[in-house]
Amino acid sequence: MFTALWNNVEATVAIILFGIGFTNLMLNRNMIKKIIGFDIMDSAIYLFLAAKGYIKGRQAPIVVNGIQDVEAYINPVPAGLVLTGIVVSVSVSALMLALTIRLYRRYHTLDIDEITMLSRKEEK
Amino acid sequence: MSKLRKDYETTLWYRLLCFVNGEEKPQEEPEEQVRVEEDKTIAIVPEDIWAPVEEDKRQLYDMYRHWTLGRGMKLFHRLYAVFAVFICAVIIGTLLYTVSYLPSFGDAHNPDNNEVAARYIEKGLQETGAVNIVTGMILDYRAFDTLGESHVLFVAAAAVMILLRLDKGKKGNQAQAAAEENDRIYEPKNDAILQKVAKVLVPPIIIFGIYVILNGHLSPGGGFSGGAIIGAGLILYLNAFGFAKTERFFTYKTYKRISIAALGFYALSKSYSFYTGANHLESFIPKGTPGAILSSGLILPLNICVGMVVACTMYGFYAVFRKGGM
Repeated sequence: MFTALWNNVEATVAIILFGIGFTNLMLNRNMIKKIIGFDIMDSAIYLFLAAKGYIKGRQAPIVVNGIQDVEAYINPVPAGLVLTGIVVSVSVSALMLALTIRLYRRYHTLDIDEITMLSRKEEK
Repeated sequence: MSKLRKDYETTLWYRLLCFVNGEEKPQEEPEEQVRVEEDKTIAIVPEDIWAPVEEDKRQLYDMYRHWTLGRGMKLFHRLYAVFAVFICAVIIGTLLYTVSYLPSFGDAHNPDNNEVAARYIEKGLQETGAVNIVTGMILDYRAFDTLGESHVLFVAAAAVMILLRLDKGKKGNQAQAAAEENDRIYEPKNDAILQKVAKVLVPPIIIFGIYVILNGHLSPGGGFSGGAIIGAGLILYLNAFGFAKTERFFTYKTYKRISIAALGFYALSKSYSFYTGANHLESFIPKGTPGAILSSGLILPLNICVGMVVACTMYGFYAVFRKGGM
């Protein structure tokens, strides 16, 4: 199993990063830190996708000297997917941060448990 | 019919109905009478007799209450942390076990290097005119996807603005708005180092961003990366010189106009292929010679549109987070 993991060391690192982000998301009660964990998970996914597109010994998919052979270039599809993902993650992060700012202005804390307690008290 | 019964209010059905509706039980009055009688009997007895019992009760209550607020909370948090780490470890283990079955890294015969990628590489230059195959893919074959992406950015900027923009007409926001206004006056701290560095760096950064956008179909880059670079340059300028200077050329109105014009042009120029049929994706703009700046049909204008939207959105995010408005 470890040789298989070593052959795919990029994917392994991506999975470990994903796990770190997920742990961060679950363990931290501070909203900003949760968002940072979420972004670490995003980066792990990009690393995984970009690594899937690579082929050993080939060039970036930009046509040079008119060579249009499949053997010459790496896979361009994951690059496009990662681009989409980055844009969406930027938007989602900005939206989450804006919501956090609104919560902070209302409850004057970033602790998610305290916010839940305060909002429950308000409901009563 | 049951409403006609006199003892309707004591029936099981009525109580169930009240329970379902979340109302109080309709048995208040008789109980209150009983309580009043009890109070009378208690009033005869001196109150000191009940004091130790009350004290005990209070202690018991405090113990339970402090258990949930103090030690119970701690125990819950510790258990939660243990379970969280356990769940994360299980997820990482499962995913790593799956990764060990993946085909090895960088192999040309991996299943994701299939005929789709081959088609993009072999025919991409002839069909889109873009030397950069990734740009040809995202702005020609999959241009609708990119249109959606630009709209995601625009919608995110709109949502952030809805959440954070200060409404100066509203009462209660006046003080905050005044504070922000005050902040704006004193915001450019006239930091000599920052201003000098910004003076030197901002023009090359913006020119480099424009270069990246215009060469999107020839070299690595394109609308998204170039737009992000221009946005970074604008943010640096804003940090050095303050809002008073950036508002000479970039206000909320400018943002609105640029975003709507760029997105509208993109949507119109790409949705025309809806009307000409899904397979008819050729544009009337000539492809030009591959490698020249003015080539590859619609890709260059679309790159410029995307770049403008991204630059405005980046700057807008920063401005809204900083002072609640542009």
